[in-house]
Amino acid sequence: MSLNIIVLAKQVPDTRNVGKDAMKADGTINRAALPAIFNPEDLNALEQALRLKDANPGSTITVLTMGLPKAAEVIREAIYRGADTGIVLTDRALGGADTLATSYSLAQAVKKIGKYDIILGGRQAIDGDTAQVGPQIAEKLGIPQVTYAEEIVSLKDGKVTVKRRLEHGIETVVSPLPCVVTVNGSAPDCRPRNAKRLMKYKYAVSPSEKAALPEDKQAFVDARPYLQLNEWGAAFVDADPEQIGFPGSPTKVKTVENVVFTAKEALQLWGADDAGIEHLIQDLIANHTIG
Amino acid sequence: MADKNNLIVYCELDEGRVADVSLELLTKGRHLADRLGVKLEALVVGANLDGVEDQIFPYGADTVYKVADKRLYPYTSNPHASVLINLFKEIEPQIALMGATCIGRDLGPRVSSALHSGLTADCTSLEIGDHTDAKTKKEYHDLLYQIRPAFGGNIVATIVNPECRPQMATVREGVMKKEVLDPNHKGQVVNLDPAKYVKDEDFVVEIIDREIAKSKVNIKGAPIIVAGGYGVGSKENFQLLYDLAATLGAEVGASRAAVDAGYIEHERQIGQTGVTVRPKLYIACGISGQIQHIAGMQESSIIISINNDPNAPINTIADYVITGTIEEVVPKLIKYYKKNSK
Repeated sequence: MSLNIIVLAKQVPDTRNVGKDAMKADGTINRAALPAIFNPEDLNALEQALRLKDANPGSTITVLTMGLPKAAEVIREAIYRGADTGIVLTDRALGGADTLATSYSLAQAVKKIGKYDIILGGRQAIDGDTAQVGPQIAEKLGIPQVTYAEEIVSLKDGKVTVKRRLEHGIETVVSPLPCVVTVNGSAPDCRPRNAKRLMKYKYAVSPSEKAALPEDKQAFVDARPYLQLNEWGAAFVDADPEQIGFPGSPTKVKTVENVVFTAKEALQLWGADDAGIEHLIQDLIANHTIG
Repeated sequence: MADKNNLIVYCELDEGRVADVSLELLTKGRHLADRLGVKLEALVVGANLDGVEDQIFPYGADTVYKVADKRLYPYTSNPHASVLINLFKEIEPQIALMGATCIGRDLGPRVSSALHSGLTADCTSLEIGDHTDAKTKKEYHDLLYQIRPAFGGNIVATIVNPECRPQMATVREGVMKKEVLDPNHKGQVVNLDPAKYVKDEDFVVEIIDREIAKSKVNIKGAPIIVAGGYGVGSKENFQLLYDLAATLGAEVGASRAAVDAGYIEHERQIGQTGVTVRPKLYIACGISGQIQHIAGMQESSIIISINNDPNAPINTIADYVITGTIEEVVPKLIKYYKKNSK
């Protein structure tokens, strides 16, 4: 049985490797100093999608991402690893969206795609850590959700069996299709790029990227439909302007503060200072903190 | 049911016991409800709920709503979401709180999507305050300030939901304090007819296997914690921390970076995306001190930081800073404890 699989992916700033130059003097984030990466758990989701495709020849994986036009980079990355095609949902009107406005916009794009058996995405993105967009898309599409997935055990007869990783154990559930499955970082890592695919899809571009190419390269892309990534705007997916972007977001950021720790008067010791360390231990024993 | 505009806490159940995180939220909810002059309500959804209110009333709830149906335990997404969506449409709470657990983080988004209400995940603090919209200059009174680290912990954001209700937030276990208001406090019990709140069609996802172990690790209740970060360097070096913990009668914890690096299991993660702890002694080994980690341990009574970087951010909240490597310092702590404890 061939499947229509949608993978939700997000291009995120690499918040795990925040250097000293990540904050500007005025206290705002210097996004330029943070590399943009494929959200790690979305790669775990992509791997589950690729395994479904391996088991069901003829299946199609469509990667859907919302963001700036350059988010086409994550689609190319996914294609190098085995995905078939992708859509960048990008529009100024989508800017400033909270999770609810984001999930509405993505759900509209999914409806535009139309045919899908299963939607996979990472549990959460590292720039927000909210884990909300997956379940909210499921609700907007009126389909079930399976969160915290670690493995898709089987998919047959219109049902998917999923192993979930919870706080204190494992739960295996069966959901009817279509459904949204969000995948944990504890799931298997994504396979690497395939060298042949890298060669073949090196020039896969979205329309706005194509426009920046020299004319001969544009003609090259025009002659090869498989290199043409989709770029959709809010109007194209019939999004209600009142439900997208900043106006469509019920949550508003009131204030943002930089993290500044108020320094305590700490007792400083060196690792080589045996007498000082012994004295510290004696103090802690004397005041009944230890022992 | 004319009683509207209150604060409601979704109470999670674990084998008939109300989860600690829910009791913590009831404690916080009581303070917030008093500040707003509204009632504190609790909602329990499950199979057998006889007497469950006795666990909840001591924390100050005025009303306990119960929805009992044998299919409602263990938790599944759609049925519980339907109960909340339908009940919230009826009683229109102004604030709804739930644990940032696998359940709360699955349930909250689905409910917020259906009600078009804002939801803020993993709050580390909740307060009541006013807000003026920067563009429209419209003033709002007594909103819920939902405060959380964001952007990998480099900033702390205060989020508000000016227009949409309920204002929804999830909070991790251990972040708020659990305090009995009055062991004899009693309120009203409202038994709701499950058939009015959940449809047969909601039971679409079937649980075919469940292996839930009682957690072996009890970092939350440990009086002494030896925690390691990425700076510990390897799984093998963590053995030093286990040795120190065994010597002191402590539990071993870790930062997210150490868990992500595969040095130690996730169950031991301390911080915004792990557990929050308040031990009397916290020994941080090779932990730089990202805000998410700090958020989970800053209320420790005494903090010792062992780090080879004298400028590690965690040192600013430490009582004792030992500049050196784990390999050098930890064996000395063991040695001098053994020497002095007898």
